[in-house]
Amino acid sequence: MPSAPLLLSQAFNGLALGTLLALVSSGLTIILGTLGVLNFAHGALFMLGAYAMYVVIAHTGSFLLGILVGAMFMLVVGVLLERILIRLFYNRPHEDQILVTFGASIVIVEAVRAVFGGNSQHVPTPGWGEGIARIGFLFYPLYRLELIGIIAALLLLLYLILYRTSIGLVVRAGIEDARMVGILGINVQRAFLLVFAIGVVAAGVSGMLYAPIVSVQPDMGGNFLVEAFVVIVIGGLGSYPGAVVGGLIAGEIISITSAFDSAYSDVMLYAVMALLLVLRPQGLFGSEGRV
Amino acid sequence: MSTSLLEIDGINSYYGDSHILFDVSLQVGRNEVVALLGRNGAGKTTTLRSIMGVLAPRSGAIRLDGKPIHGLPPFEIARRGLQLVPEERAIFGQLTVEENLRLAALTAPNAWPLDRVYNFFPRLKERRRSGGRQLSGGEQQMLAIARALIRDAQVILLDEPFEGLAPLIVRDLVRVSRELAAQGRTILVVEQNVVAALSFADRVYVLNNGHMAWEGTPGALRADPALMKAHLGI
Repeated sequence: MPSAPLLLSQAFNGLALGTLLALVSSGLTIILGTLGVLNFAHGALFMLGAYAMYVVIAHTGSFLLGILVGAMFMLVVGVLLERILIRLFYNRPHEDQILVTFGASIVIVEAVRAVFGGNSQHVPTPGWGEGIARIGFLFYPLYRLELIGIIAALLLLLYLILYRTSIGLVVRAGIEDARMVGILGINVQRAFLLVFAIGVVAAGVSGMLYAPIVSVQPDMGGNFLVEAFVVIVIGGLGSYPGAVVGGLIAGEIISITSAFDSAYSDVMLYAVMALLLVLRPQGLFGSEGRV
Repeated sequence: MSTSLLEIDGINSYYGDSHILFDVSLQVGRNEVVALLGRNGAGKTTTLRSIMGVLAPRSGAIRLDGKPIHGLPPFEIARRGLQLVPEERAIFGQLTVEENLRLAALTAPNAWPLDRVYNFFPRLKERRRSGGRQLSGGEQQMLAIARALIRDAQVILLDEPFEGLAPLIVRDLVRVSRELAAQGRTILVVEQNVVAALSFADRVYVLNNGHMAWEGTPGALRADPALMKAHLGI
C-alpha cells in the first residue's frame, strides 16, 4: 500500500494530467462534434505545439512569448490544414477522414523529425515556475501547480467562448445539426474553419504547457491522442463538459493507479472505459445517436 | 405570373440516382398562402428542400423576386428571405428556447426583437430558459415557426407543421398560420392534414408521383371528391 503523501502527490499529478487531457480532448471533441471528423492528427499537433514553444524559447528565452507566438503559429497551421486538406473531406466517409488525418499526422511527425532529429529536446521551466511548493506536509513542483491553474483558466476561457458568445452558439448548434444551422442563414463552412482552428490551438497550447515537464520529441503526441480518444468516449462524443470531466477522471485514474503499479495505469483506464460503455454507451454527457 | 414572389420553373430533383421531381413548376404570389398537397412520397418535402437549396435540383430554375436562387447553398438562400421550417422541426435540443431564437436571428438583417416573437407565442416566453429537448411536440413546432418569424422571412416554407400534434394544438397553430397570412406573410405549406391546410390556403397544388397533377382553389378541390380521392386518398 502506497503512503498517504505519495497518494496525495499522485492525486495532484492526476489533476495536472487531467486538466491537460481535458484541454487536448476538448479540441478533439468540438472538432468531432461540429465537423464530424475524427482528427487523428490531434496528437501530432500537440507535439508541434511543444516544438514551436521550444524554438521560440531557444531564440528569445521568453516563456510567455513562446506561448503567444506558438499559439499564433498553431492558428495558422489550423487554418491552412482546414482550407487545404480537411475541407475536402467533410462529405467523404469516416474511413477517408481517418486516413487523411492519420496521413497528415505522419507527415507532421516525420517533418519535425527531419528538421530537429529524433532526440528529445529540453524546454526549460519558466522562472516563475521554478522551485517547490509546500502544501501542508506535501512538497510539490511549483510549475505543475501553476499548470493546473493556467489550464483551468484556459478551459474557462473556452467555456466562455462556447457558452457566452455568438460564435459559441453557432458551434454548439453545429455540433447537434450543422445542416439546420445552414438553413438558418449561417455559413457553416466558415464556422467549421474557426472550430478546427480553435481545436488545433487547444492541442498546440496543451503541448506548449506540457513541454517543460516532459521530454519533447517527435512521437510524444501518440500516447496523448489515444488517451484523448478514451476521454471523449468517457465524456460523450462532441460534448465539451464531457471532455473536461472525462479528462479529470482519466488523469486521476492514470495517476492513482500509477501509485500502486504504473504498469496497470492504462489497463485501468481502458477497464473503466469498457465498464462505462456497457452501462452508459453514450458517455457521461453524450446523448444517444449523436455524431 | 410575372408578379410571383417565388417561382419554381420545371425543376428536376434526384436523391442519388432516383428521380423524385419531374419538371415541377409552381408559383407563389406575394402575400399568398399556397398549400402543396399529395400522398406520402409524392415529392412534397423534396420540393421544399429543393427550394431551400438543401437538395439542389439538377435542372430547372427557382427565382425569388425574379432573381435566380437555384444552386446557391441554403445559408445564402436563407439570407435572401426564404425560410424552411422542416418536417422534423430540427430544434437544437442542447440550446435553450431563447438560444434557438438568437441563433436564428444572427444573420437576419431585419431580425425581430424577441418580444415580438413572444407576442405570437406566449408559451415560448414561459419556456424561454428550457432546453429544446424538454419541449413538447407542439412547443417544438411553435419554436420552429418562431425561428422563421424572428428572421422576418419573406417566404416561409412550412413542412407538415401539424404532423403528430394533438387536435387542440393543431387548432392553435392553424390560428397562428391564419394570422400570419392575414398579416401578408407569404407561405408555402406542405401538409397531410388536408382539412387544416385548406382552411387557410388561398391556392392549392397537388403533386402525384413527382408530377404536378392539379392546381386550383381550395373551394374547387373540396367540390371535386373524385380528385380528392385520386390524389389525396380522402
